[in-house]
Order: sequence, then structure tokens, then C-alpha cells
Amino acid sequence: MKKYDVVTTISYPKIGAMGKTGSWRVFKPIFDKAKCVKCLRCWIFCPEASIKREKDDTISIDYEYCKGCGICANECKVKAITMEREGEKK
Amino acid sequence: MAIKDLPVEEYILQGSAACPGCPATMALRMVFKAFGKNMVMVVPACCTAVIESLYPNTSFNIPVMNIAFEAAAAGASGVEAALRVQGKKDTTVVAWAGDGGTYDIGIQALSGALERGTNFIYICYNNQIYSNTGIQRSGATPYAAWTTTTVGGKTEFRKEMGDIVRAHHIPYSAQTCISYPDDFYRKLKKAQSIKGPKYIEIMAPCPPGWRFSMEKTVEMGRMAVETGAWTLYECENDVMTFNGKSKLILEKKIQRKPMEDWIKYQGRFGHLFKPTKDTKRIQALEDHIDLIWERYRECYL
Ligand SMILES: Cc1ncc(C[n+]2csc(CCOP(=O)(O)OP(=O)(O)O)c2C)c(N)n1
Ligand code: SF4
Ligand code: SF4
Ligand code: SF4
Repeated sequence: MKKYDVVTTISYPKIGAMGKTGSWRVFKPIFDKAKCVKCLRCWIFCPEASIKREKDDTISIDYEYCKGCGICANECKVKAITMEREGEKK
Repeated sequence: MAIKDLPVEEYILQGSAACPGCPATMALRMVFKAFGKNMVMVVPACCTAVIESLYPNTSFNIPVMNIAFEAAAAGASGVEAALRVQGKKDTTVVAWAGDGGTYDIGIQALSGALERGTNFIYICYNNQIYSNTGIQRSGATPYAAWTTTTVGGKTEFRKEMGDIVRAHHIPYSAQTCISYPDDFYRKLKKAQSIKGPKYIEIMAPCPPGWRFSMEKTVEMGRMAVETGAWTLYECENDVMTFNGKSKLILEKKIQRKPMEDWIKYQGRFGHLFKPTKDTKRIQALEDHIDLIWERYRECYL
């Protein structure tokens, strides 16, 4: 990465600038591929950019950084994403 | 534009300092998608300066200049002039500030830049409070809303920044909302294609500030529009066009939903419902929204 030699404070881009924010989660979004209609609402509304979009518009969730806000589940019209309390296994 | 046609590129890097469910981060993702890396964003004191995360790292993969609270538009004017002198004509200059930094403390610099015809886009994300410093009232806070400085509910009605901006007769100004990505993206691209000063304001419901549950950010934005508490419009060369549901409300093709449908989910209005229902203040909120729409119909229908 290009570094700049100027007399001011400069921050440089970094993934995980505040650490692995996935540890903030209380509820975890669980994705059910069979129900998904690839509308991409979850992808565009995830504030964290933690929903990954593949070339064929399949989505996946990056649990390392997903903060568990639940917006994806709330905005999915076919309930292909549901929220589950962390640590609870179904 | 359909959601699937929006750019895949991401310039918000995961692992930022934003609260879960943050509307500002959601909106920034869209702005970065629309403008890409060939932009400079000027950010005054506000939540966004925190969302950038801590020195020596940043969660924004685009060039950002942080500046004093009142100076977003002045700073952007300087950046625009510097780029112009260097012959960099295709770089999009954006000033990005909260409603506190726009309606109140930055209004002087903003008005100056609009009047000078500065070639930039000023974007205000309106979460209706000073959220970064812990939820204080701003000129954008609605009547009766609780904040830490309006403990019993705000006693004044919010001002209409859009009207103030339009009084500058700039080439383009618009209001949008995080809940309508197609409307939002289209307005960003439109603003980018026009030379001169542009102003875009985004309705940005803030979970901790408004006291609603964090999965409801998009829902609260949608309800703001459907109740008529927020209006989607754009004004190009002094010609006003209402968009989406706001157009239908204006033309009375649909009725706006009652304010109660929106405010009952927000703890900041909790005192209007408990221990007893404050019908007087709820009605005052309704009447204020009706007044705004009557004014719109008189001027623009
Ligand atoms: C001159 C000055 N006064 C006060 C502050 C403290 N301050 C920093 S951010 C902020 C609130 C910003 O509110 P707003 O512009 O609405 O953005 P938000 O925090 O809601 O994102 C305040 C009061 C400051 N930095 N500079
Ligand atoms: S829970 Fe929130 S942060 Fe996690 S993937 Fe869904 S929208 Fe993104
Ligand atoms: S919102 Fe639901 S249906 Fe749409 S892409 Fe996401 S998971 Fe699939
Ligand atoms: S207080 Fe609101 S606007 Fe600020 S970072 Fe948190 S959610 Fe975002």
C-alpha cells in the first residue's frame, strides 16, 4: 500500500480495524439456501457488508465480522434467514 | 435500478466501530458503491468519524479528510479547488455530515458553498439527533421526541432543511431514505452527473438514538415515508418531482399511514403512550405532518 509522507495524521484501510466484530453478536443469522430466492435484499441492507454475494447471486454470511443486528432476517421476505441465540444449537 | 444491478464492489471494510444496525454505515456503503474510489469524502465531527474506526487504521477504503464540526462544506470547497488546480476533473468531492452538522452548526459553511456554486455533493444523513455525543436534540429532531436534552419531549417542530437548500436554487437537491436503495442510488448517480453544488439528504433511523430494536432500521425508514413523516423528492433546476410512495401521497392516490404506526416502535416517543396516552401531542404531530403535505400540494401539485 502507498504510504504518504505528509505532516498530518493518516489512517490506512484495514479489514477488522476494530477487531473481529463477530464477537459482538448475541443473535446469529442462519441462512437456509433452499428457501432463498436470490433477491439480494439482505446483501444490500447489511450495514456491515458481511453478506457476501457470489457471481450467481448466491449469498453467504461472514461470521467473523457480522454484528448480529438481524436486519437481513427482518428484510428477507421468504424467511430464508432466521436469528438464533449464539451458543444454542438446533 | 434493481438491487442485483448495483455494484458488487465494497469500500466499507468489515470490522468497523459502528453500532450494529447502523443506518449511516448502510448509507455509506451505497455512496461508495455509487462513486467508487475516485472520490474524496470530507467528514466533520459526527458518528461517521467514529465509524471510520481508530488510528492508525480506517474502515473506509477511499480517501477521507476529517475536519472540524462546522466546516464540512468549507473543507470540501478547498478540496474541490485543489483538485481543479491539479486538473483532476473527474474526482467526485463529497461532504458527508450528520443533521447536527448540517441543520445547525454547519449551515453557514453549507450555505456559502451552495451560493458560491462549488462543484460538489453535500450529503446529510439525517438521524434526527446528535448521536455521536449521546443523543442530543438537533434542528431535525421531531416534535415530542425524547433526547437527553429534551427529557420530556422536544417542544419545537423540526425545521425543513430541504426548503432552506432550495432557496439557494442549486442545480440539484433531493431527499431519499436508506430503505429505498433504488431511489437512493439513482439520486446519487444523478447528482454525480450534474456540475455545480448538489445536496442530498438521507433519512437514517438510528436504533440507539431513537430507541428501537436494531433489526428494524430499514423498517423504520420505510414507515417514515409511508406515514409522510419523511418525503422522497428531487428538485432539478427548480422543478420538483416527488418519488415513490411520496408521489402517491402527494396526489392522494394513497393515504399516508397514521404517525402512531411509526412512533409506537420508538422508545423516544414512549412517554406519549405510557403511563397514559398523550392524544394531544400525538395529534399535534399528525397536524404538523398534514400541514407539510398541504404546503407541498399548494406549491407543487
Ligand atoms: C465545535 C464543536 N462542538 C461540539 C463538538 C462535539 N461533537 C462531536 S460530534 C457531535 C454530534 C454530531 O451530531 P450530528 O452532526 O447530528 O452527527 P451524528 O453524531 O448524529 O452522526 C458533537 C456535538 C465538536 N466536535 N465540535
Ligand atoms: S445480522 Fe446484521 S451484520 Fe449480520 S449479516 Fe445480518 S444484516 Fe449483516
Ligand atoms: S433476502 Fe432472503 S431471499 Fe433475498 S437473497 Fe437474502 S436470504 Fe435470499
Ligand atoms: S449512534 Fe446511530 S448513527 Fe451513530 S453509529 Fe450508532 S447506529 Fe450509527
